[in-house]
Order: sequence, then structure tokens, then C-alpha cells
Amino acid sequence: MTLLGAYVPRDSVVHRAPAGAKLVALLAVSVAVLAVPGPWAVTSLAALLLAVTLAARLRPRHLWQQVRPLRFAVPVLFALQWWSLGPERAALLCARLVLLVALAGTLTLTTRTSDVLDALTAATRPLRVVGVRPDRVALVLALTVRSIPVLVALSDDVRAAQRARGRERDVRAYAVPLVVGTLRRADALGEALRARGVDD
Amino acid sequence: MSTETTAPDPAGGTTATATAASTGTTGTTPAAPARPSRWTITAADAARIATFAALICVLSLAGQIQFTEGMAPITLQTLGVMLAGTLLGAYRGALAVATFLLLALAGLPILAGGSGGPAPFVGPTAGYLYGWLFGAALTGWLVDRVRGRLTVLHVFGAALAGGVGVVYAFGIPVTAVVTGLPLGKVVALSAVYLPGDVVKAVIAAVITVAVVKAYPAASPAARRSR
Repeated sequence: MTLLGAYVPRDSVVHRAPAGAKLVALLAVSVAVLAVPGPWAVTSLAALLLAVTLAARLRPRHLWQQVRPLRFAVPVLFALQWWSLGPERAALLCARLVLLVALAGTLTLTTRTSDVLDALTAATRPLRVVGVRPDRVALVLALTVRSIPVLVALSDDVRAAQRARGRERDVRAYAVPLVVGTLRRADALGEALRARGVDD
Repeated sequence: MSTETTAPDPAGGTTATATAASTGTTGTTPAAPARPSRWTITAADAARIATFAALICVLSLAGQIQFTEGMAPITLQTLGVMLAGTLLGAYRGALAVATFLLLALAGLPILAGGSGGPAPFVGPTAGYLYGWLFGAALTGWLVDRVRGRLTVLHVFGAALAGGVGVVYAFGIPVTAVVTGLPLGKVVALSAVYLPGDVVKAVIAAVITVAVVKAYPAASPAARRSR
């Protein structure tokens, strides 16, 4: 697994736009498109997607990579929608779905994961009035990213131990040592953080 | 830590309302450590939340079992969500799920089928993602209500109510809105996943009880006294 995500490095207006602004814009477009049904919304969405794709100089294969998870769901949905709503509505609804997911995908393609995380952390700053500490949010996010490879290694160890005991297909023999190991590491990490004065 | 901690605090920072934030602002006075509010995220909490968010990531990478090609592939991440609730409690469990979701939103390929970024959050199965947050919270809340010995049946009930009931209550209406299909059809379509999710609630219950036995610091009783 790569932690870099699907970022496509380019120099464009879309790439340079702040991550937070792109997230808010995507949220607004999603709500608008889902609230206003009809061909107009879908056409505008298609135009917007085309504009963003051209401006960011993305290739069709980049977009395909983003909508690929839908490749089995969309035919099933289309059939069901045709059956219960008729062919026109079915085509419109499926087009809306694919276009919206593709538009959301352009955000992933044009924005670094770290930039989105920074924007999300910054978004918690106004929540300080209710006691949320943005530095704690940033700490938790960073610790999580760091913990993933540690737990992947732990998971591999547990798998190897399972194989050695001939219990490959036993979910319990996998999950219990993994979760206990996770808790041990979590509490050791908590001790280490406290020793470094994070709670002071 | 980040540079934000050194930013000049607005005058309101030390007023009575800022209970949780005050720990960082009154560093010069060696007053008796104020009893942290129940919402305060201590270093130990931060570590557990982060590690469990990572566990959900690892579980979704480890077990990608796609029974039915199509809608939501059955993965172990639902199991991770249930375990976050049963082993961390309502508040911290929900925060672990929230952390996992934020990382997915930021683009880490940790959701079903190796997808990430905002696309799954606007797709047909988006409601299930939002449901996890509340599902983990209810699961944890119910487990925390158990007095005495934690049994498989207790945890199974909690995981079923939170990890399946609440998650479906969010997932099904959102699928209906996004796909434009009538609610009844979506309910029928989702029934395909019900057996798998019930099995996962059973697994979550068995694992939770075994883990609490091996590591009593993760029991609801230990959480209450923290």
C-alpha cells in the first residue's frame, strides 16, 4: 500500500487551489446535485467535471481509476432503476452518480493527502471554543499514519504464527493476538507520550 | 507537536468554559492537576484512538473478501469498527472511527476495494461510512452499560444494535437518495449483506471477550475507573 494516494503531480490552477476550498466546493456541489434532480444538474455536473479535468490536465485513465470501484455496482443499479423508474431516469441517475464520484476523484488526483489532512486539522480550529484541541487532532492523525506500518508488521507476524500452528482459516487465532498486540502497543505509546510531557 | 500550541491564545482561553483546552494554557502555575473532564483526550487516549484507527486500516487491508461482486465488498473493516466500540467505549471508539474516516477522506486507499479520497463519501455506499461513526458510539455505549462479567451475548447484542442496526439505518436511506431507487428496493438489496454482518457481530463478540480476558485494561470496568 502506498500512503501517497493517487496524487498526479501537475502544475495547474486546480492543483494550486487550497485543499480546504476544494473540499468545501465538492461538498456544495454534491449537496446541490443530490438536492436538485433533473437533466440540468447532470449537464452542469458534466461540464464542471470536464472543466476541472482539462484545467488540471488529467487523463481519462486517471478518472477511470477513481470510478473503477463502481464498475460492478453501476450495471446492477442501472438495471434496477430501469425496472422501477424507467430507462430515462435510470440513465440520468447513473450518470449523476458516476460524474459525482469522478468529480470527487479529481480532488484526490490533484491534492496531496498531507494537504487534505492539514486542511482538516485547520478546520477543527474554530472548535476550540468547545474544548477541541487542534494540536491533539494533528497528533492523533500523525500517530495513526505512523501506526499503520507497525500494525501491518504485527499482522504479518500473527499470520506467520497462525501458519506455524496450522490455523490459517481461524479468524479468532488471527484477530485476538492482533487486537491484544494493538492494545499493548497503544498503551506503551500512551506511556511514552506522557513521559514526554504531552499531558502537561 | 505542531506549532499551533505556541500560537498566542485569545483572552478567552483561560475562562471557565475552556475546561478541556485549559491544560495547555496554564503551564506556568504548578497547581494541583485539575481532574480532567470526561471528554478530555489524554495522551493515553490519543494513543489508543490512533492505534485503533490504524487497526481498522489494517483490518480493511487484510481481509478483502468479496462475496458478491458489486455494491459494498464484505471486508473486516466493519469488524474493526465494532471492536473500536467494544474495546474503547462510545466516545473514544467513535473518535477512532472518525480518525479512520478522515484519513480515508484525505486519500489513503483504506476503504473497501482499496479506494480512498472523497469519492466513496459521495457514492452509493456513503451512508454506511457515516453510520460507522454512530454505530461504534452506540456499540461502545451499550458495552459500557454492562455490569459484572462481560459475556459474548452482551457484546453480540451491542455489536448487532450499533454495528449493524445503526449502520444500516444510515446506509440504506443514503443509498436510496444517491441512487434514486425506492427505499423498499434498497432494503431488499441490502438484505444480502445482513448474514455477513451478523456473523461479524458474532466474531466481534467472541474476540472482545477473549481480548478482555487476555488484557483486562481494555475492559469496560477498567475504562470506567480511568
